[in-house]
Amino acid sequence: MAVDEGLKIELGKQGVFVTTIEELYNWGRKNSIWPMQFGLACCAIEMIATTMARYDLARFGAEVFRPSPRQADLMIVSGTVTKKMAPQVVRLYNQMAEPRYVIAMGACAISGGPFKQGYNVLKGIDRYIPVDVHIPGCPPRPEALIQAFMTLQKKIDGQSLTGEDRPRHLNSEAQGEFPVPVQGEHDLEPASNPGVWIVPVIIQ
Amino acid sequence: MKTVEEIKSAIKAALPGAVVEIAPNSSVSGQHSLRVASESAFAVAKFLRDDAELKLDFLSNVSGVDWPDSLEAVYHLFSMEKKHGPVILRMHTVNRTDKVELPSLTPLWRSAEFQEREVFDLYGIVFTGHPDLRRLLMWDEFKDYPMRRDYVDPDDFDYEPTAHDEVLKRVQAHQSAIAGQASSEVGAWV
Repeated sequence: MAVDEGLKIELGKQGVFVTTIEELYNWGRKNSIWPMQFGLACCAIEMIATTMARYDLARFGAEVFRPSPRQADLMIVSGTVTKKMAPQVVRLYNQMAEPRYVIAMGACAISGGPFKQGYNVLKGIDRYIPVDVHIPGCPPRPEALIQAFMTLQKKIDGQSLTGEDRPRHLNSEAQGEFPVPVQGEHDLEPASNPGVWIVPVIIQ
Repeated sequence: MKTVEEIKSAIKAALPGAVVEIAPNSSVSGQHSLRVASESAFAVAKFLRDDAELKLDFLSNVSGVDWPDSLEAVYHLFSMEKKHGPVILRMHTVNRTDKVELPSLTPLWRSAEFQEREVFDLYGIVFTGHPDLRRLLMWDEFKDYPMRRDYVDPDDFDYEPTAHDEVLKRVQAHQSAIAGQASSEVGAWV
């Protein structure tokens, strides 16, 4: 149950701090998102720039890039996902512990970008794993990645721990492992995961 | 540096059995190349590398070409010691389907190793004598050769929000293929 914002401030003036478990839990989670340390192409350079002194991702509690998927909360898909690389990306995502989030960074990661007509380029990583935030750009500037972080923080903050829209790690029936595509004779098999991605309807 | 004609006569003098002809380049650069038969290619390449006057000790580039009736490998040779080049060496396969072997020049220039693997991967030229001929860019299970003109890439044009030109054609082909599939399925049910 959410606490009325005005009442909370009034109580705070009297020295009484009121919160809910949900608020405290999400506050802790959203301010300690540890990304996984991996980059796929030029977007990774912008991602690295975001963590450095000028843009300073540490302000968001997300400076600890983990070298292992077991310790990471966030996967930043920064760059072109080739069909040779896609199974490894899905496998790394499967190895991450819940709760886990994905930012698809840049034109390639969200759609294939300038290389989308290439025979070896996946048209967006959201065909195989659920993506929380998409950032367009080629490459997106560090400000755009920070914007994506803040969007993700808002999303985490808004998650309720019970009910239909509770996050996947609190839903025992939710799918936890995502099938890794097989590298077939002509293409990845299957070409997309229908449980994650359904062909969007284009309204002209 | 010697002209291509002089190199050709030097090869003929050193290797009487070698089959070498000049493939002229009529453009401004005038970079004529040497076309060698695949049987004598290794000996010719060895001569070009070791000859005291040429000393082509550096292989800069290996390319593949897809011709209507054969496949071709093109080697660009330079000399670091003599500071000259390029000498362009070309060789053709017999056809595009089953006789696609060419001699590997990796034993002569180590830098050919990955480039010949790439040509094998994308064009399907089999380099005999290559120490480790595997696919380089595509996965091992892949069966096609993507840089050939007759390559058909996978039909994954199912979602194109801003299709135009080539992509629009592919989207229309994809949609008509799906419609055909759906109607045939309906036909099977009726």
